[in-house]
Amino acid sequence: MSTRRPALLDLDPAVVRRARRLARTAGKPVVDLAKAHTTVSVERATLRLAGLSGADHEGTPWVNHLVDAVRSGPGLEHGVTTPVWDALRRGEAPDLLTLAQKASSGGVQFRLPEGRDLTGSRKAARSAVAKGIRAVDAQRRTRERMVAKIGDAPRTPWIYLIVATGDIHEDIPQAQAAAREGADVIAVIRSTGQSLLDFVPEGATREGYAGTYATQENFRLMRAALDETSKELGRYVRLTNYASGLCMPEIAALAGLERLDMMLNDSMYGILFRDINPIRTFVDQRFSRQVHARAGIIINTGEDNYLTTADAVESANTVTVSQLLNEYFAKEAGLEDWQLGLGHAFEINPDLPDSFRMELAHALLARQLFPDAPLKWMPPTKHMTGDVFRGYLLDGFFNLVGAMTGQGILLVGMMTEAVVTPWLSDRDLALQNVRYVMDAAGGLTEDFHPPRDGFIQTRARQVLSEAVELLDEIVSDTSTRGTAHPQPLLAAIADGTFGAMKRPPTKGKGLDGVVVKADGYDNPATTLLEEGATR
Amino acid sequence: MSDTERGPLVRPYGDTTGDGMVQVSFTLPLPHDKRAEGAALQLAAKMGMSPALLVHAKPMGPDFTFFVVYGSVTHLVDLREVHVVEREFPLLTSAEVNQAVRTHLKRKLVVVGACIGTDAHTVGIDAILNIKGFAGEKGLEYYRELKVVNLGAQVLVPELVASAREVGADAVLVSQVVTQKDAHIHNTTAMSAAFREAFPAGQVPLLVVGGPRFEEGSAQALGVDRVFGRGTTPGEVASYLVHELVASRTSPDPRGEQR
Repeated sequence: MSTRRPALLDLDPAVVRRARRLARTAGKPVVDLAKAHTTVSVERATLRLAGLSGADHEGTPWVNHLVDAVRSGPGLEHGVTTPVWDALRRGEAPDLLTLAQKASSGGVQFRLPEGRDLTGSRKAARSAVAKGIRAVDAQRRTRERMVAKIGDAPRTPWIYLIVATGDIHEDIPQAQAAAREGADVIAVIRSTGQSLLDFVPEGATREGYAGTYATQENFRLMRAALDETSKELGRYVRLTNYASGLCMPEIAALAGLERLDMMLNDSMYGILFRDINPIRTFVDQRFSRQVHARAGIIINTGEDNYLTTADAVESANTVTVSQLLNEYFAKEAGLEDWQLGLGHAFEINPDLPDSFRMELAHALLARQLFPDAPLKWMPPTKHMTGDVFRGYLLDGFFNLVGAMTGQGILLVGMMTEAVVTPWLSDRDLALQNVRYVMDAAGGLTEDFHPPRDGFIQTRARQVLSEAVELLDEIVSDTSTRGTAHPQPLLAAIADGTFGAMKRPPTKGKGLDGVVVKADGYDNPATTLLEEGATR
Repeated sequence: MSDTERGPLVRPYGDTTGDGMVQVSFTLPLPHDKRAEGAALQLAAKMGMSPALLVHAKPMGPDFTFFVVYGSVTHLVDLREVHVVEREFPLLTSAEVNQAVRTHLKRKLVVVGACIGTDAHTVGIDAILNIKGFAGEKGLEYYRELKVVNLGAQVLVPELVASAREVGADAVLVSQVVTQKDAHIHNTTAMSAAFREAFPAGQVPLLVVGGPRFEEGSAQALGVDRVFGRGTTPGEVASYLVHELVASRTSPDPRGEQR
């Protein structure tokens, strides 16, 4: 999406290499930890890929019933699929859905098969899950075909607008209207609190809390509506949702099956801001990113959030560190540069002298460090005071930084941030603001070269070197060596390095859903994703 | 100019005393045409703007029009009928707060803070509690005689009650920023009810909520002891805690001297 630009900041390539090396050193032990565990949500996502959907009359999904039943039988240490397809082969039920229904009332005896039964069950499971993977592949091809045939967003940054009514049937006309007004990307904000549900709600939903539940049916309905609008407008309008919270892997799978185009998917957001257990998050995150990689989904990371709790100047380096970690985790899971919507935000206190120059420096640093990633540029929220006039000006300056530094995805700021959920007129004014700045100053990327060793270059280098220092500090922390959780990154998360939140690996929500894999663990989804296989 | 010089009656000020000028913007669900502009002026007149000047009208899609209207309002504001909640406690410096706690309470004053429910916006509670503080004032963690436990975001009410009990909280500070569908009201009443159920009467910690959208004087309706609104500084909160928990205490602390 972005073209390579001349080095605007004169960053020392050796420092950049060192930064990436340190991110790898910090991330690798956590990847190893993730590989050694599975979670209830990873197992449920696998069953969803094998085609199991729906819920009982109380709304508990069948995937939850089946995973719980296997867990209380032979356990999840070997993966859910082997005992499940063993039961199917033994004729406990004619199909997966009936098996789940029977299992929900305790009517199925699960076991861990051996010998030929083991091989046979694994083969059957792989074949079932492969169907889901092929469906994901087909959706990716459909997207590529539609973009080629209908047309793509006319320019970058892509204009990203949020819809949030709580009712999917209200969201649809609003999303279509937003697309007609100029949005290239529609994000349907999730109902507050969905991240802490340990199941994915089912069906079309009309009752959300400050947002709309992410469900397979809601995904399908919205994508179908936007397909219609895309054809009408002659450009493919992308759809975004959230692969985060306790059901991150399942939501990623549903996004792949229903052709969502972007997913919010940060490596640490759930840990820091939702108090979800760190190990649970890293395991779920790796699986969800493998799915996103396969589905051709662009991930959006959440570095902007750190700056809502920590100071945007003092903690600028934590944003860079998190971007580097997100990049490492993403690439390890198979995502490519064009899929990395690494986040950053315009959150410096506008009362500080040179705040705009610092914003420019930070945004350019991200642009230069990740030249081939789309980058997601997030508007001011923390210093939006309710003075909507000042807010409109701030959003204009935010747009200007976006234009001058060639950001890939621009979340449109609303002057009524912190006052009301956006009104129709707020959105219209906000889009006028974006259009004015892009038309008036979009070409500045060509003229704007910060002077050598000037304020911007110096500030960017300072943030980078502070990021390297912080990474160095993280990886050389040996205080947890020899304990149950020796990974230095986990120690850093525990002592409040990011977003000033302290999250130890032994605490947080969803820890009871984490399972250590046994030697014979098998998950056909992971295998198919890692091999790139289709059968 | 003081209030008395201005008299009890005031009007909005544009550029001349008494001109009554205001500006409003709004959207009508009408396509942009002469009729829509007339409708906007009718609304302005009904809002008491006379004469009203329609300075901007812009279609937003086929079905809506956005308006900006300037005009002089015919209404007068009578200052004698304006009622506000005045601060009921003296403002203390951090040294005075520490001194008061040390001499009268003879132990540290324990404060537990959290964002409850699904609210993840810790900016309010952090501004009050974190050392970094707000508006140039250091947060409560800076006060030597206060013991601060900040539980962070999305704390469940039962967790908050348990933590308050565990550390023997004198006061519980809850921040609520998200207000969609009155979430801040529901969360706060649920929280106060839980505390009143979990603690014997008279031993409930002082319950304080803060957030930009709480109404002044709504404490009683919410079941809490005090509500703080937009722009509250850590010093005000600390002064209030001293006023309620330290200065006015005439009987010995029922929870013992040392905890």
